[in-house]
Amino acid sequence: MLSRTADNLYWIGRYIERAEMMARLLEVGARIALLPSVGHGYRNEWDSLLQASGTADGFSHKYGDPVQRNIESYLFFDRDNPSSVASCFERARENGRIVRTALTSQMWDALNSAFQELRQLERQPRSELELGVLTEWTMRQTALLRGAIETTHLRNDGYDFLGLGYGLERADNTARLIDVKYYVLLPRVDFVGSEFDNYQWTTLLRAMSAHRAFHWAYGGDVTPAKIADFLILNAKFPRSLMASALAVERHLGHLEETYGRRTEAQEAAEGLRDALRGLSVEEIIEEGMHEFLSRVIGQVNRIGGIVHATYLSGEMR
Amino acid sequence: MSMAPAFFNEMFDDNGIRPHYAKLGDWTQHMPAELRQMKQAEAEALFRRIGITFAVYGEGGDPDRLIPFDMFPRVFTQPEWRRLERGIKQRAKALNAFLVDVYGRGEIIRAGRIPARLIYGNEAYEKAVTGFVPPKGVYSHIVGIDLVRTGPDDFFVLEDNCRTPSGVSYMLENREIMMRMFPALFRENRIEPVDAYSTILRRTLASVAPAKCESDPTVVILTPGHYNSAYYEHSFLADLMGVELVEPADLFVEGGFVWMRTTEGPQKVDVIYRRIDDAYLDPLCFRPDSMLGVPGLMDVYRSGGVTIASAPGAGVADDKAVYTFVPDMIRFYLGEEPILQNVPTWQCAKADDLKYVLDHLGELVVKEVHGSGGYGMLVGPKSTEDQIAYFRTRIEEDPDNYIAQPTLSLSTCPSFVEEGIAPRHVDLRPYCLVGEKIELVPGGLTRVALREGSLVVNSSQGGGVKDTWVLAE
Repeated sequence: MLSRTADNLYWIGRYIERAEMMARLLEVGARIALLPSVGHGYRNEWDSLLQASGTADGFSHKYGDPVQRNIESYLFFDRDNPSSVASCFERARENGRIVRTALTSQMWDALNSAFQELRQLERQPRSELELGVLTEWTMRQTALLRGAIETTHLRNDGYDFLGLGYGLERADNTARLIDVKYYVLLPRVDFVGSEFDNYQWTTLLRAMSAHRAFHWAYGGDVTPAKIADFLILNAKFPRSLMASALAVERHLGHLEETYGRRTEAQEAAEGLRDALRGLSVEEIIEEGMHEFLSRVIGQVNRIGGIVHATYLSGEMR
Repeated sequence: MSMAPAFFNEMFDDNGIRPHYAKLGDWTQHMPAELRQMKQAEAEALFRRIGITFAVYGEGGDPDRLIPFDMFPRVFTQPEWRRLERGIKQRAKALNAFLVDVYGRGEIIRAGRIPARLIYGNEAYEKAVTGFVPPKGVYSHIVGIDLVRTGPDDFFVLEDNCRTPSGVSYMLENREIMMRMFPALFRENRIEPVDAYSTILRRTLASVAPAKCESDPTVVILTPGHYNSAYYEHSFLADLMGVELVEPADLFVEGGFVWMRTTEGPQKVDVIYRRIDDAYLDPLCFRPDSMLGVPGLMDVYRSGGVTIASAPGAGVADDKAVYTFVPDMIRFYLGEEPILQNVPTWQCAKADDLKYVLDHLGELVVKEVHGSGGYGMLVGPKSTEDQIAYFRTRIEEDPDNYIAQPTLSLSTCPSFVEEGIAPRHVDLRPYCLVGEKIELVPGGLTRVALREGSLVVNSSQGGGVKDTWVLAE
């Protein structure tokens, strides 16, 4: 496969996963904003979201103070924000157009229809669009594409590059979502264990469509330790760090088999999996959640860099 | 030639509907306006869904706009087509013989049939390939010949496209969409299929693999990238042929061969069907100032390590000034009389012609020698005084750059328009494939000037497309 084609497929996966994360982030923000404010009128959850999505600088440069409506526009529609849902869909579709011949017609259909619908959404007055409509629309579109990939795409190297994009982006995004909760939303120690704290945790689960799954897996009370275990270490939950790391490892394993060649990328992915496998929640909390998550995000980025240098840059000899 | 002011209508004659259009007559009779609108909307949705759009960059507007598709097919009988086919193949053969000649001994020039200045002084003449004979002696592998009709038996060649004629994806998709929407029409009429095109194209390209290629040749399509207006077509053809679609940056030269960058390491490339201009092939050879292209490509080409289709330099054969000599080429190289006629052409480079052109600007079509796409063109009878005056100045300033032709009475074909069905002017571009053999699928791209009275069929100027049928006997 052309390296450039592999690169386009990989980025389709990344952009679509990122679009979904943006929608989920917006949902977390909207739900938390529904709570009466706590502490001394402390209301920085929207700011936290911007921090978590890495878009805070761009936003304040354009809009100044974080006002909900502006944040919604910035994270969903704004083309100046390269991570907005609209930007992600547009770029995923552009990548798809470039490698049209490497996609199945159902996949192209899903990408292209999403883009056409997005343009219609953009033409509607913002006052008519509830945030819930936008986030649901996003989840539906990303699910349609994922479904098209799973049911129609040949299980060849192209499938693995798509999967790598999805897996790496998801690992990164899940880490960031947990970080919002742990580090940004609750900066003061005396909030820990409060009603508000538990509400935030539950919101996080809901945003990841994992509320029910969590109860099936753990039962009983919702505790921060259980949730952290679920989102980080539980391989059965498809958005967990562990599940994402295993997906990345699996796709790199396929590539090793297909190409008959082992590279640094496989080593790095196995390293991440081993690091996660040996951990307990207690150890993570002891290290400090934020420090742990920053370390994982760094590792995921490193794997992304190696995948690029090895397979996507065209320098492979 | 017949220059009657009345336009030849391809469906109707004095006695009513011509027999080969009879079933289409019934078809439209049984199509109420609502159904037609529904089908039209369906066709548009299909085109948009498939992603066939035509981007005219730099013009603003919707970058994803569609070329209007007119559902009313254009029909040829088998005898009509057989004559066209012979004429097109004859022309494609002569053009290739000419190219081999002018990059070789130049017999046609020595024989005094074509002035040397017109060839060796031509911008499109590529000195970098003189003395080189490409595999199988083919320079132009895909020849698009634009034809217009003015009477039952009167076909004229408007121009030849020897470099990289586009539009063939529309020929194929128009058919696909018509078959999907109106299957009954295809049961009632016996229509020759066109879908062998991609198979023949692949075979043609494989047949001109370079001498150094020892295994099954690897064919690729080279595109300037996804911002190009014909990108859809490039990717469509790559898909149908099952070959890679590459950009210049995907290729590199090493050890006397061309390689593409893949996830498994370099893979050798044997035949490049390029859809980019000569100037952007190899910066070392053509444009030292350019970052585009594949450095060293031309060295590999000249040493027989890769085939480039169409061959660099093929453009000298489709120059509008060289066009006037194509009938002579046919006589000179093939010893035959041309089956298809040229449109009489005045060359402003010649003093007598220039005088005639300037005296008759109001009735002529004036074109730039190197122009394309309907730009830089004056249609005298449809132009204002100001436009004519503007062209007069331009021609006087640089007469060599212009040719003129009579305003032809282009035939019309019924087309669906706002008010119902009305005649609109059409032309035809068939795609002739030249490799070990010369082949042509029965059909082509019919372009239609959808504006009432307009004679300009270019998609950039409000033209649309139609499915083109050749009926089996």
